[in-house]
Amino acid sequence: MGPQHPSTHGVLYLEVRLSGETVVDLITHIGYLHRGMEKIAENRTYTQFIPYTDRLDYVASMTNNLGYVLAVEKLMKAEIPERAKYIRVIVAELQRIASHLVGITTFTQDLGAFATPLFYGFREREKILDLFDELCGNRLTYDYMRIGGVQFDLPKGAGGKIRGIVKYMGPKIDDLENLFSSNAIFVARTKGVGVLTKEKALNYSVTGPNLRASGVKWDLRKDEPYLCYDRFNFDIPTGSNGDSWDRYKVRIEEMRQSLRIIEQALDGLPEGDPTVKIGRVIKPAPGEVYMRTEAPRGELGFYIVSDGSAVPYRMKIRSPSFSNLAVLSELVKGAKVADVVCVLGSLDIVVGDTDR
Amino acid sequence: MVSILTFIVMIVVGAVVLGFIAVSAMFLIWWERKVAAHIQTRYGPMRVGWHGALQSVADVIKLLLKENITPEGVDKPVWWLAPFFAVVPSVMVFVCIPFGNLFGIDLIPRDLNIGILYIIALTSVCVLGIFMAGWGSNNKYSLLGGMRSAAQIVSYEVPLIISVVTAAMFAGTLSMQKIVEAQKGMWFVFQPNMALAFLIFVISATAEINRTPFDIPEAESELVAGFHTEYSGMKFAMFFLGEYTNLFIVSALAATLFLGGWQGPFLPPVLWFLIKTYGVITVLMWVRWTLPRVRVDQLMGFAWKVLTPIAFANLAVAGWVLLR
Repeated sequence: MGPQHPSTHGVLYLEVRLSGETVVDLITHIGYLHRGMEKIAENRTYTQFIPYTDRLDYVASMTNNLGYVLAVEKLMKAEIPERAKYIRVIVAELQRIASHLVGITTFTQDLGAFATPLFYGFREREKILDLFDELCGNRLTYDYMRIGGVQFDLPKGAGGKIRGIVKYMGPKIDDLENLFSSNAIFVARTKGVGVLTKEKALNYSVTGPNLRASGVKWDLRKDEPYLCYDRFNFDIPTGSNGDSWDRYKVRIEEMRQSLRIIEQALDGLPEGDPTVKIGRVIKPAPGEVYMRTEAPRGELGFYIVSDGSAVPYRMKIRSPSFSNLAVLSELVKGAKVADVVCVLGSLDIVVGDTDR
Repeated sequence: MVSILTFIVMIVVGAVVLGFIAVSAMFLIWWERKVAAHIQTRYGPMRVGWHGALQSVADVIKLLLKENITPEGVDKPVWWLAPFFAVVPSVMVFVCIPFGNLFGIDLIPRDLNIGILYIIALTSVCVLGIFMAGWGSNNKYSLLGGMRSAAQIVSYEVPLIISVVTAAMFAGTLSMQKIVEAQKGMWFVFQPNMALAFLIFVISATAEINRTPFDIPEAESELVAGFHTEYSGMKFAMFFLGEYTNLFIVSALAATLFLGGWQGPFLPPVLWFLIKTYGVITVLMWVRWTLPRVRVDQLMGFAWKVLTPIAFANLAVAGWVLLR
């Protein structure tokens, strides 16, 4: 299957050995989208690399931005203004909702619900995109986070707009859930399909909603809080079977939790300037840093080595889709051809994130 | 003299039927896109003609002008003949579809006394075209699609025929025209076990014509486009024509066997027939744009473990009702 195939979510090549309709073996071939991001980083200044991070996981550019600037800030031991922290949380959580909307609805598209849920999901996502458009002028590859804060403060009336999105999104998430959860075919296609056990998930270092669906309560926002996540009340939804159904359910619930976080962040949003002037060329002291954040697809980590110059000496990106995809061949052995696309869709990978 | 006249009449009727099939398929493609668009909260075709009404015409022109590619390594005779096998049986079915009557003339090319049997026999031949396409394409996706289609149609033929037999038993005839007349007082669908037969018929018919949730021979997310992946231009158009003709046929059968056919008050019979048929079609489209697809083993399981036993039980009850 692939590299050009309707359901491989990008240019991904799956070598599938079949016996009739049953999958005997599956080998994943990646690298069709490889752009040498880590090498590019070593030839750019710290600031120049920010727009490249947008292109990693292009369904959740904001959280990629965030992960990178947090890593650089950690390297520089820089403190950022409170307002910037809150704005970043709001934006990251909105991005999580937008990303999960795409994840869930493309998953159902893979199950053959031909484009209808997809269009609903995209209609809802559009609200968030409109807001991001106002924030930074882009609609897919956002370039909003800055080392030391954010590019611009929230525009006038953005608070009301975000509250409007939260109010609008709640019932729409319920709608989306009703559309699938009560659908006998959807349930039959996902329950018990692609079961990922707790042990296997941990061994493959699967992270994010996929790990939580297997019953591991691990979320960096709670377990290793960054920004101001420790100030908010929210739950970490987990599944019990680790099947495709649980992965879908966890994502639905996560969107609701994100709405809760956004509301609290709006309530506590401090006044002030959301940026510190840091200058165009940054020269962090020699050293190394690993900063990880909870991106919509799991743990996104940036490992940066600085030699004291204006460009990173080395950079390694730990992207969630990579390890989430690695477990695919374990999950589909013995399943049917149709289950391959189902499991792949439920893992919610982005090939840009796999091939960096 | 009589034979020449008969011949001319045959030609005219044939031309009318073919014209109707082509126009109907074009209308259905447009209608499907509009129904889909409204279900999916978007516009659909809007540019060519009123609300995109001429879009299908433009599509036909495009398909006619497209290059007819024959991929390397195909089984040539099988590959070339497949589209015809997919379309010709569907066209032949129109011989005994009762459209009603106009100015005292019965609008049915020939009311065979074994009408429904003839139709069932022909619709089963369509699978041959799909299987040939799957086999001849020399493509693994196509082969899987063709194999799936064969398995699927063989399985769903059983409950489909049982439900048709139930209707034939109530009407006491196999002639399509007489089945319609038998529903003069009350449409069959309003009788309890005929309602069940109608449901079984519609479900199995959806599977027979490869529409969602049973579109696994095509299964665009798994098999790219299944049996017609390698076809382009007019040959692809033939499969499309066959698909939409079959959609019309099963809906016309549902209308004829269960919904009283062309009978109805006030409006002319032809109109009643078309309203009922296109009504059923719209429902099938609605289903297509709503439900996900079942898996191949679930599909077979549903046919053999659920639909077939229910259909047989329903048949037995129908027999008991009739003999009572």
